[in-house]
Amino acid sequence: MIRQLAGRVGQAIVATFGVLTIVFFIMRLSGDPTLLLVPEGATAQQIAELRHALGFDRPLLVQYVAYLADLARLDLGESLVQRAGVAGIVAERIPYTVALATGALLVALGIGIPAGVAMAVWRGSVLERALAGFVLTGQSLPTFWSGILLILLFGVALGWLPTSGADSLQSLVMPSIALGALTMSTFARMTRIAVLDELSRDYVTAARARGLSLRAAVLRHVLRNAAIPVVTIAALEVGNLLAGAVIVETVFAWPGIGQLAIQSIAARDFLVVQAIVLFVSTVYIGMNLLADIAYAVIDPRIRLEQ
Amino acid sequence: MSGRLSPGIIVILALLAGFVFAAAGADLLAHNDPLRQSLLMRLRPPGTSTATTSYLLGTDDLGRDLLARILYGARASLMVAILSVSVSLLVGAMLGLLAGWFRGWTAILVMRFVDTMLSIPAILLAVLTVAVLGPGFLTLVLVLGLTRWPRYTRVAYAQTLQVVTLPYIRAAEMAGCGPVRILLRHILPNIAGPLMVVATSEFGLMILFEAGLSFLGLGVQPPYPSWGSIMAAGRQYVQRAWWLTVFPGAALFVLVLCVNLFGDWLRDRVDPQSRSR
Repeated sequence: MIRQLAGRVGQAIVATFGVLTIVFFIMRLSGDPTLLLVPEGATAQQIAELRHALGFDRPLLVQYVAYLADLARLDLGESLVQRAGVAGIVAERIPYTVALATGALLVALGIGIPAGVAMAVWRGSVLERALAGFVLTGQSLPTFWSGILLILLFGVALGWLPTSGADSLQSLVMPSIALGALTMSTFARMTRIAVLDELSRDYVTAARARGLSLRAAVLRHVLRNAAIPVVTIAALEVGNLLAGAVIVETVFAWPGIGQLAIQSIAARDFLVVQAIVLFVSTVYIGMNLLADIAYAVIDPRIRLEQ
Repeated sequence: MSGRLSPGIIVILALLAGFVFAAAGADLLAHNDPLRQSLLMRLRPPGTSTATTSYLLGTDDLGRDLLARILYGARASLMVAILSVSVSLLVGAMLGLLAGWFRGWTAILVMRFVDTMLSIPAILLAVLTVAVLGPGFLTLVLVLGLTRWPRYTRVAYAQTLQVVTLPYIRAAEMAGCGPVRILLRHILPNIAGPLMVVATSEFGLMILFEAGLSFLGLGVQPPYPSWGSIMAAGRQYVQRAWWLTVFPGAALFVLVLCVNLFGDWLRDRVDPQSRSR
């Protein structure tokens, strides 16, 4: 168990290094990363000076080592556009994205899990087909379209909710629904499968034979066991929600890191973009690791694979 | 399973054919130029007509015909999706085949690379790369293609490992086939089914990615129409012109829904044991 855990942690560290390396090379894909960082209209001399100051004229390997060393000290560099530390600029926006992701997760869990249970328990019924349609819709809805439809309905036509910004808790409602729809579908599908799996087990038949109603069997036994795969998916989905925030935050002008990423691209502030990609990827890897560990802790029968 | 197609799948295939027809025949179907601007006809609602022409779905903020732009947008959407799925299928299947054939260090290296690629959320990877390289049609295709290959590699690798052990591969080897011939003529056709299932689900995702990146201003560049960029403009006029976001979004939604349903159907065909997940 300990050995497997160590192996899994090692794997996460390798993945993190891999991500850092991929991002390093992407930043250099255009040939000269200096050009990504200079304000528009800089002279050739200014560019040359900056290239030297930032060390982009050194051999690639030296740059790579320096880049890793900076990141190891959690030094994400200085934004030349905003003349401030990149870490601070990003950190300021993180609470907004966390709030949005939490809201989306609540929407996804609150609707997805009951829907999944209902689809499994009332298999073959009209309700199951209706819910399946609902889940499929959530899966195929582009977030920017569902977001705009919500704005049209609740913001423009009914005037119940603000159409953009982050002035109050009410501003969080529509972005959470838009962002949570896809995750909701994932939860519903996974819960349905997990509950169906459990319902076909001997212990359910035994419980039913003892005279337990289906309702009691589901509530007392099935849900507890079916929760295992669902909990692990929840951890994975957090990473997806952070990434999905890029589009949803742009639709609703929600001031999180997703909006910051797009604003920074427009402002040619690439160190900020790089920091956001690194941050989200690291969280993503961390969540994957957490999911695996949670899986092993909740259910001791499960061995960490590989 | 009988060879008959159910009514549901026929509707889906018909709708998909409709999209392909709209994309291919945009020149014939649209009776207005999707790029021609008219300042006098800005933000006209659906059904507006003038003495010379009509605007069935209304006009956009520059007075361009929305129907024409949506038809041409279908072309951008399908072109990007077809090309980028081809790129990622090619790269992903190749790497998976090689990893499954050589095993050992090759497999470890390739599969670690796969794990790493899957640790970066694809949309962020695409956003960063497009931003660094500058947007454009070719960049879009390559970036989407080269960020989305790992799922094919996983499937191709797992399938190759299984197929390699089958006696007919031994037989082919003993008959004197070289590794390239065995991989391409004997293994690839056998693992093509599962790869096509992945390709279909990726196809839907690519359509969404193209629209998403174009919505963010990183995809198809103006003035050329893409559903994503039409909606980005529409977002700004959401209070005054609902048709700018509702129609292209509906087209996108229906297309992706059909692709996903087709993918489910295909998966049940290829692997009847798989439950619908």
